[in-house]
Amino acid sequence: MSGLNELTIAEARDALRKGEATSVDLTMACMTAMDAASALNAFVHPTPEIALEQARAADARIQAGEAPAMCGIPLGIKDLFCTKGVPSQAASAILEGFKPEYESTVTSRLFGAGAVMLGKLNMDEFAMGSSNETSTYGNAVNPWRRGNDATPLTPGGSSGGSAAAVAADLCLAATGTDTGGSIRQPAAFTGIVGLKPTYGRVSRWGIIAFASSLDQAGPMTKTVRDAAIMLQAMAGEDPKDSTSAEIPVPDFEAALTGDIRGKKIGIPKEYRMEGMPSEIEALWHQGAEMLSDAGAEIVDISLPHTKYALPAYYVIAPAEASSNLARYDGVRYGHRARLAQGDGITEMYEKTRAEGFGKEVQRRVMIGTYVLSAGFYDAYYNRARKVRALIKKDFEDVFAQGIDAILTPATPSSAFGLGEMADADPVAMYLNDVFTVTVNLAGLPGIAVPTGVDQKGLPLGLQLIGRPWAEADLLNHAHVLERSAGFVSKPAKWW
Amino acid sequence: MLDLTFEAPKPKVIQGAKSEWELVIGMEVHAQVSSNAKLFSGASTRFGAEPNSNVSFVDAAMPGMLPVINEFCVEQAVRTGLGLKAAINLRSAFDRKNYFYPDLPQGYQISQLYHPIVGEGEVIVEMAPGVARRVRIERIHLEQDAGKSIHDMDPAMSFVDLNRTGVALMEIVSRPDIRGPEEAAAYVGKLRQILRYLGTCDGNMQNGNLRADVNVSVCRPGAYERYQETQDFSHLGTRCEIKNMNSMRFIQAAIEYEARRQIAILEDGGKIDQETRLYDPDKGETRSMRSKEEAHDYRYFPCPDLLPLEIEQAWVDDIADRMPELPDAKKARFMADFGLTDYDASVLTAELDAARFFEEVAKGRDGKMAANWVINELFGRLKKEGHEIGESPVSAAQLGAIVDLIGKGDISGKIAKDLFEIVYTEGGDPAEIVEARGMKQVTDTGAIEKAVDEVIAANPAQVEKAKANPKLAGWFVGQVLKATGGKANPAAVNELVARKLGL
Repeated sequence: MSGLNELTIAEARDALRKGEATSVDLTMACMTAMDAASALNAFVHPTPEIALEQARAADARIQAGEAPAMCGIPLGIKDLFCTKGVPSQAASAILEGFKPEYESTVTSRLFGAGAVMLGKLNMDEFAMGSSNETSTYGNAVNPWRRGNDATPLTPGGSSGGSAAAVAADLCLAATGTDTGGSIRQPAAFTGIVGLKPTYGRVSRWGIIAFASSLDQAGPMTKTVRDAAIMLQAMAGEDPKDSTSAEIPVPDFEAALTGDIRGKKIGIPKEYRMEGMPSEIEALWHQGAEMLSDAGAEIVDISLPHTKYALPAYYVIAPAEASSNLARYDGVRYGHRARLAQGDGITEMYEKTRAEGFGKEVQRRVMIGTYVLSAGFYDAYYNRARKVRALIKKDFEDVFAQGIDAILTPATPSSAFGLGEMADADPVAMYLNDVFTVTVNLAGLPGIAVPTGVDQKGLPLGLQLIGRPWAEADLLNHAHVLERSAGFVSKPAKWW
Repeated sequence: MLDLTFEAPKPKVIQGAKSEWELVIGMEVHAQVSSNAKLFSGASTRFGAEPNSNVSFVDAAMPGMLPVINEFCVEQAVRTGLGLKAAINLRSAFDRKNYFYPDLPQGYQISQLYHPIVGEGEVIVEMAPGVARRVRIERIHLEQDAGKSIHDMDPAMSFVDLNRTGVALMEIVSRPDIRGPEEAAAYVGKLRQILRYLGTCDGNMQNGNLRADVNVSVCRPGAYERYQETQDFSHLGTRCEIKNMNSMRFIQAAIEYEARRQIAILEDGGKIDQETRLYDPDKGETRSMRSKEEAHDYRYFPCPDLLPLEIEQAWVDDIADRMPELPDAKKARFMADFGLTDYDASVLTAELDAARFFEEVAKGRDGKMAANWVINELFGRLKKEGHEIGESPVSAAQLGAIVDLIGKGDISGKIAKDLFEIVYTEGGDPAEIVEARGMKQVTDTGAIEKAVDEVIAANPAQVEKAKANPKLAGWFVGQVLKATGGKANPAAVNELVARKLGL
């Protein structure tokens, strides 16, 4: 059986259960693909020994006939997840050499279900970035290219390594985290599916925090069905995370009926941005038609506070980050600067953090410190919180009108070239999140589904936004969109 | 209802070089919550453990770790609030107070700035019988303690012990209602007593489990009254905060010093800088720690790792139903039920263990006599040896038995003291000791009469004197008691001596 690494989770699960392949076979196939893909710089800490040990254990469980769906499935794990005994650095130099003594709730649930860890995946430092260029490991590279143009493209960020690895079939699926679009944007840039669950659906315990009120982990997969299967294993209340919700986890895969007749799909007029590429506008229109053809009703809606979302996000997220990142002080773990004669604790903090944090992280820590400081708190942080409440209310209002899901573009463009934004105003980079941040601010589930390719041959995605806790319904809508779009393209292998 | 009417004490007046001044004091008392586990982690709070042994991943602020509230600590805060007759906020929230220090691993302290769990309450601080200060409590909030930095173990290095990191504290904030150093110490003492009664803080000041930040300002007579009428702080002087005081004696001394320092500046035409000061007990002075300009910008904001803390009225009611009797109520009851003086009742209710001990002794007996024996004999003896009531070698049952023997007239008060000493040093059943050692009082009038006759016969000169001056009959009583080895019932001897002398 060739190309085991190219299987979806559902296909691999069925093959494993039928005895057509073993987890060790799958794992070896992925490891071979990983070895050949160093040009993508997706995996930054491969864990072959752990992978094979887990694969053998999974095979034993499968043979014993007690295998959950994720059993034996080789995955990549974003570096933001703490994995016991394995480097977990959030792609930052400040966590150099850090190997946690504990396993994040998400990874321990996945491994408990029999999933196999191939290694840790590249990302933007502390999940701050939209191009994977802020990583201390250097950027991951998008397996997609603009036709024959060899210009290296970004896989997006911050879960860029996860997206590149899944798109290039280095693993069957990967974990991601999404604070302002960090799952959905890279998924859209690489032609895969990325789901950000409702805030509180998945435990944050053991995930290195960026902005605690926005961070949420989710699956990055080749298909919507895979996202359903993988979310099933990740989700659920965790007593160690006070913000995780005591809400039952339904059978997500069983919800993929393909029947969305009578559902109401909202098209928010505020997402029609000025200067939006016509291809994206066209794709959005096509997406709506596909859902309409499947029996859904398309409704024009308004989310009036949308334009304030990005600025509010870039106040709230840095504010929380400035506090969350205070613990990286060189005292207990990670990097500590070499001190000069006479240096005291202040110099230790300053030098350690100046050396350990990259520029973008420093920028956000400074923004966050500023917006929380005396005299500016009300003007920035408090106002941003009020905006956030209004944005949440916008969504509540349309859901109250009977809207089941909202369709928007996932990104304002297809993948851009690495380095292209290097000299741009940081705000230009922040604009990548324009369609995705509202979902985080409102705590809603959102999914990016690959729906087409642009003229350059690059994948484009649409985003579906669901009601809180309605991932099952959202996945079903995404499933219909995926099926109608029939997106099957794969990047031409150049690496 | 208890009669808790009282008069307010006079404020302390300090005579400056030029004029009179009054003191205005407000306090922030940090009380470590009595609990086995820390506020947001399961780590132990045991005192005296090896450095860095009571530390969880959460306490050490490892990446990705999250706080989870300890319900028992919340219950303790609610209990404390109820004990201070305070409003309980069914919805409160945690905020982060951000600053860098090596003993603060997270880089922030989780506290409750905007929405504390307990609102306004009060503490009645008695300064003399019928004279008490009502100190208003502004709020109580829950927060994490920091760890300990140790700078003097090595010339070049500092060490950090995280055992205390994350232990729950209640910050009890008073209004500026305290008017003198003695009142300040008495306030802390009263608060400590209530907390110990409630079992919400052990009050151990030496270990730092109860410590106070003291805000001191001075004003001219009359200004404080204007503040009280208007609640407008501009009538009061600029305050300085003296940090981290963990002794009542130092609190008093620091306030005295600080008041005089401020008065000297003001009388010199200067002005007080609002600042944080530290008290140096060796030099007996306060010194500036940081000025208002150097004050930290703590960048408080709601802690996004914790949902607002919502508790139910039924739960609060349940805690209220299980409240112990508090010092003021117990004292009033002791006075009413046992006929004790204000002073004796205060002494006996100072510590819950002592009050319990007394009640056991007094149960079914003469309350005043029981109080006398507990306070004068037992407390006196314990104090001499530096023992606490919990370490008393005499149990309440034993002391009660001694009181019973006196009450029945089996032994005299004098013999009872000897008996107490035997029980204190050797132990044993008081009744059996009295029996075995022939300490029983002689009530047989025949035997006493014989002794009286003998003393009268042997002292004819004294008889004459006593007949002239009946007050001297006491001499005969003493002689008879002496002759009977103290075992004769003094009342019986009195009566016989009077009769025989024809008085």
